[in-house]
Amino acid sequence: MANAITVAAPVADERVAAKSPLAKLLGRPEIGALVGAIALFVFFSAVAPIFLQPGSIATVLYGASTIGIMAVGVSLLMIGGEFDLSTGVAVISSALMASLFSWYFSVNVWVGVALALVMSLSIGFINGWILIKTKLPSFIVTLATFLMLTGLNLGLTRAIGGSVSTPSISTMDGFESAKAVFASSVNIGGVDVRITVFIWIALVAVASWTLLRTRVGNWIFASGGDAYAARAVGVPVVKTKIGLFMGVGFCAWLLGMHNLFAFSTVQSGEGIGNEFLYIIAAVIGGCLLTGGYGSAIGGAIGAFIFGMANKGIVYAEWNPDWFKFFLGLMLLLATIVNLVVKRRAEQS
Amino acid sequence: MSHKLSWRKLAAAGVLVPALVLTACSSSGGREPETGGEGGGEVAGTDRITIALITHAAPGDTFWDIVRKGAEEASQKDNVELQYLSDPEGGRQAQLIEQAVQQGVDGIAVTLAKPDAVASALEQAQAAGIPVVSLNAGEDRSAELGAFTHFGSNERLAGEAVGQRLAADGYTHPVCVIQEQGHVGLENRCAGVQAQVPGTEILYVTGTDMTQVESTVTAKLQTTEAADVVIGLGAPYTLTILNAVGTSGSDAKVASFDLNAELAERIVNGEVIFTVDQQPWMQGYGAVDALWQHTRGGFQIGEGSRS
Repeated sequence: MANAITVAAPVADERVAAKSPLAKLLGRPEIGALVGAIALFVFFSAVAPIFLQPGSIATVLYGASTIGIMAVGVSLLMIGGEFDLSTGVAVISSALMASLFSWYFSVNVWVGVALALVMSLSIGFINGWILIKTKLPSFIVTLATFLMLTGLNLGLTRAIGGSVSTPSISTMDGFESAKAVFASSVNIGGVDVRITVFIWIALVAVASWTLLRTRVGNWIFASGGDAYAARAVGVPVVKTKIGLFMGVGFCAWLLGMHNLFAFSTVQSGEGIGNEFLYIIAAVIGGCLLTGGYGSAIGGAIGAFIFGMANKGIVYAEWNPDWFKFFLGLMLLLATIVNLVVKRRAEQS
Repeated sequence: MSHKLSWRKLAAAGVLVPALVLTACSSSGGREPETGGEGGGEVAGTDRITIALITHAAPGDTFWDIVRKGAEEASQKDNVELQYLSDPEGGRQAQLIEQAVQQGVDGIAVTLAKPDAVASALEQAQAAGIPVVSLNAGEDRSAELGAFTHFGSNERLAGEAVGQRLAADGYTHPVCVIQEQGHVGLENRCAGVQAQVPGTEILYVTGTDMTQVESTVTAKLQTTEAADVVIGLGAPYTLTILNAVGTSGSDAKVASFDLNAELAERIVNGEVIFTVDQQPWMQGYGAVDALWQHTRGGFQIGEGSRS
């Protein structure tokens, strides 16, 4: 702990002193989640040997990826100091838009897919723009968006399609190619791995690179850490925040398209409640609710923990009545571990 | 990155997208062109009355959508102004009933999924002299709570019927997939199956997220090789379960409750072995029609306690 001090000259500034590699590692935001993920993996492997079979791992990864894709956008947004409660239903809005538009006008489904992207980005833009213009907390703004989208999903689906779930578009032009892009499987060594897993990994890689290696990444950390100070040194805080909300919109579009092309119909009431899972994944992964701290990989590990717990309980054949309790407990433990680890790292 | 450039791109997209629409018509699927106006036969010559249909449906539920359509068709025929209201929470459903009583509607059709929660509200309806019928859930409490008749099936009996059929066909290890944990009707269906086939296992999934439904069912089938049939409790869930069975490589069969067009197709193909449909359309239609008949001439059917 104190070995760095023994050689320190009296004039040395402790802020620029070299940290030991261990302290550096412990200072990473995702370390608590990583420890938790390893512990959970070992635990479920021990109680349910089937958990280790390639097919099971593919299933766990699929379950994790559908949370993880959104957790990437949500993590970046949280690092940028905001959060979004409309994400769960925004996924479904996007899928409904693509499906209903293509169906109603009998056009190639790719047209609907493109329009859904425009709409998802617009929802993100509107969230960010209202937030900046009104200076209301993102909790209120996105809660309002959440409620409005929930109503729109239901109302428009019934008004356009005549039913609360969309008509099946599986026989329409472009469906097969869109399914290949958004909802196919890739065979790796005899195991079918869902394409969402690869989309997820790619998103995490791009997000990590952006955060750690680009100017935009610095802007995100600065906007979340202290928006006023950031603005004072020339960080385009408004653009950064609106961009982050649009990034969440992009992730919602990706997942929405997966939902649509995997099941060919969408129920308008889906998605409610999932926004909390995305936030949980980001928080377990070490993102601070107050912003300025966190990582994209952390959010991915958080989603993986969720996937393991969700499916592990099934593999272990436990009573699922208790699942939500365990999820809550894990959230609490993960955040406490994060806190402790971070304090230790700061002290040393 | 200049600011102007992105706006220009946006404008270009605004022009391009409609152009794409024009050139990209789908050759199959999509909406059928509309044929003529509303069908519908003659409308009854009775005075226009207002009937409230108050259910415990969660918004966006496909089953209740069919109930509502049945009720709407009966309303059209009977010259009825239909107020469709729903809230899955018992207390708030009771408040909806109270509001309908205050508005002085001419009849109330109500589901009794949480009979005790709505009991006092129904007393108010009785005191105000508003006729009540119950539908869907709660047939055992219907008469006691002042409804003059009940339209619906007994979930537990329906479950037992499925169980009997499965047992007769030699299935021993069904997995009953509940999409909403703690939902009385769904739990009763699975309990009915379990009563007939003791090897039945219950699996809970998050009905609001189809990807989680699919991956959880896949996980269950991977770990329970003995499972020989999976039961979905709603048409959209059954279709997702069908995907999951394919993914997991299990040779379990799939059975279902409720019905929609796509599920009917799968049953015809033999991909789904059977379904039990409790005629939701008829429940909605019957409830509204019975209230109309009652208002029109005091006609009533069933185990009515008053006249």
